Amino acid sequence: MRITVRVQKFDPERDAYPNEKDYRLDIGWRASTVLDALFQIKNELDGTLTFRYSCRSAICGSCSMVINGQEKLACKTMVINEIRKHGQILIRPLRQMRVLKDLVVDMEPFWRKVTEITPWLVPQELSETPSSMSPRVTKDTLGEFHNVDACIMCGACLSACNSYEASPGFLGPAALAKAYRFVADPRDGAKDERLIDLDGVNGVWDCTRCNFCVEVCPKDVKPMEAIIRLRRAALQGGMTQTMGARHITAFMEVVRGEGRLNEGLLPIKMLWRSPGKLLRTLPLALKMFLRGKLPFPYKRPIRGIKAVRQIFETRRRATLKSPTS
Amino acid sequence: MKYAFYTGCAAKGACPELYQSSLKVIQRLGLEVVELTEATCCGAGVIREGYPELSLAINARTFSMAETMGLNVMTICGTCQGVMSSAQKQLKEEAGQLDRVNALLAMDHRKYSGTTQVKHLLWILVKEVGLNRLKQYVVRPLNGLRVAPFYGCYILRPSWDLGFDDPVNPSSLESVISALGAEPVNYSGRTKCCGFPLILENEDIAMGMAGANLGEAKEMGADCLVTPCPLCHMSLDLYQERAEQKVGERLGLPILHLPQLVGLAMGFTCEDLGLARHMVSVGKVLEKVGAI
Repeated sequence: MRITVRVQKFDPERDAYPNEKDYRLDIGWRASTVLDALFQIKNELDGTLTFRYSCRSAICGSCSMVINGQEKLACKTMVINEIRKHGQILIRPLRQMRVLKDLVVDMEPFWRKVTEITPWLVPQELSETPSSMSPRVTKDTLGEFHNVDACIMCGACLSACNSYEASPGFLGPAALAKAYRFVADPRDGAKDERLIDLDGVNGVWDCTRCNFCVEVCPKDVKPMEAIIRLRRAALQGGMTQTMGARHITAFMEVVRGEGRLNEGLLPIKMLWRSPGKLLRTLPLALKMFLRGKLPFPYKRPIRGIKAVRQIFETRRRATLKSPTS
Repeated sequence: MKYAFYTGCAAKGACPELYQSSLKVIQRLGLEVVELTEATCCGAGVIREGYPELSLAINARTFSMAETMGLNVMTICGTCQGVMSSAQKQLKEEAGQLDRVNALLAMDHRKYSGTTQVKHLLWILVKEVGLNRLKQYVVRPLNGLRVAPFYGCYILRPSWDLGFDDPVNPSSLESVISALGAEPVNYSGRTKCCGFPLILENEDIAMGMAGANLGEAKEMGADCLVTPCPLCHMSLDLYQERAEQKVGERLGLPILHLPQLVGLAMGFTCEDLGLARHMVSVGKVLEKVGAI
């Protein structure tokens, strides 16, 4: 099969801007992955083409790149599937990281974020738990973090992360998923310290829930789900004063009360303890009011609200009790 | 075609123009709808952060209402669609989930057996009404209008929960824009986040996202944006002034709800579609399509 592969090339020492180059090549049966196609280009057409790779079997995470608009592992992506779906193969380096050459980016910001979350098990005080009673990872507790343990640190999620794009300090999906892995581990002795750290600036509450990380992860880690579990753990641990935690609590109270969300009431419930912030919403509230877009902070509840409130109470109590889920 | 109409909260709250314009378009197309007036909020992905089973239960409650009527659900909010699609997938695929939820719904004397489907108006326009039939209703073709589609996250991702558009290269909004005679604008921000989920928590990040996407659309020559999600509308329209402050650039880009754009092509007036309620004036758009 004769195909065209378009690759973004950039050598910061020679080029002012990245440019795209087309390579025409025949791929046979063996050249079935995008990584194979890249090898063929390098061997037969352009020896200067630069890209990272190692294991060739989707366990090292080296060859992540943007293929036809989505972060993927080149070694796991079949040429034929891409051609069928997109009619072409367009390869660019990971986004939001400095390009060192062609498809190789500087992963330093990624590694810095991962090291920031103390990515190792902090042992519990031995004197408190005699060895026979020390916590073990059982089949049940393993289920809590097996998804995040599958992470191969390829950087695809950070490249696709919308919050990171807007706020480079944000810890990002991979680091937070890794942090969750240790919070969920019964052997870890620093769970509380971790949650307090993650609850702060650039932490779990800066995720915008865009789901890009879940969509692009080649190992089905679902980083955003791990972030949501960290938020839940913070709530269950009594850390209820962050804006994010207040948002969840206020949102739930409004829906429990009226059955529906009321945009006129939510900011009041959420921000009444921060008068400055509440004041800041006033000019907008006034403009909304003038256009008939500001719901009155009290609306008549939906019909059947009594049963809805009963469901709310039952679930709320149960969720607050259970340590995970 | 008859649907159980789930309006969501925004259409009944801060975006009344979405409700109003949806009804106009639905009636013109001859679609029958029964509004689910007793349905709760879907939880918008917020309730599930703290209370996942509660979020499932309130959505199953809504599905059961439609099921009782023998109808599928029509949504007009991308976020509702995403939350409900994910809830459906969980109820279907996770063992014991449906039973647990039904134990809670028993308090409300309801039961859900898992047969309801949930479809966004956008999908109904493309798949069930069909673009050819939609074209027959166009009396005021939007010729020359350059419209930037803005999907919003929830109607696209995770794609295996939604199962409609391609998450990287979606086309449903573009196909509707073209069917109405307008020209879709291609830009990378069309599948990105509008920032709304962070607006009360971290406005700075939220406005960075809104500003970047609006700026890119404008740079690509868009006259306006169209979105199938009222929460995106709030971030991009209500907060556009703050987004302008954040990116230090005058944007002035009108944001239309999907049914407003369809309604314009159907010949409805500015008042019919509630276009005067927006923060950013849609005057330029109306002028361009000859609606004033």
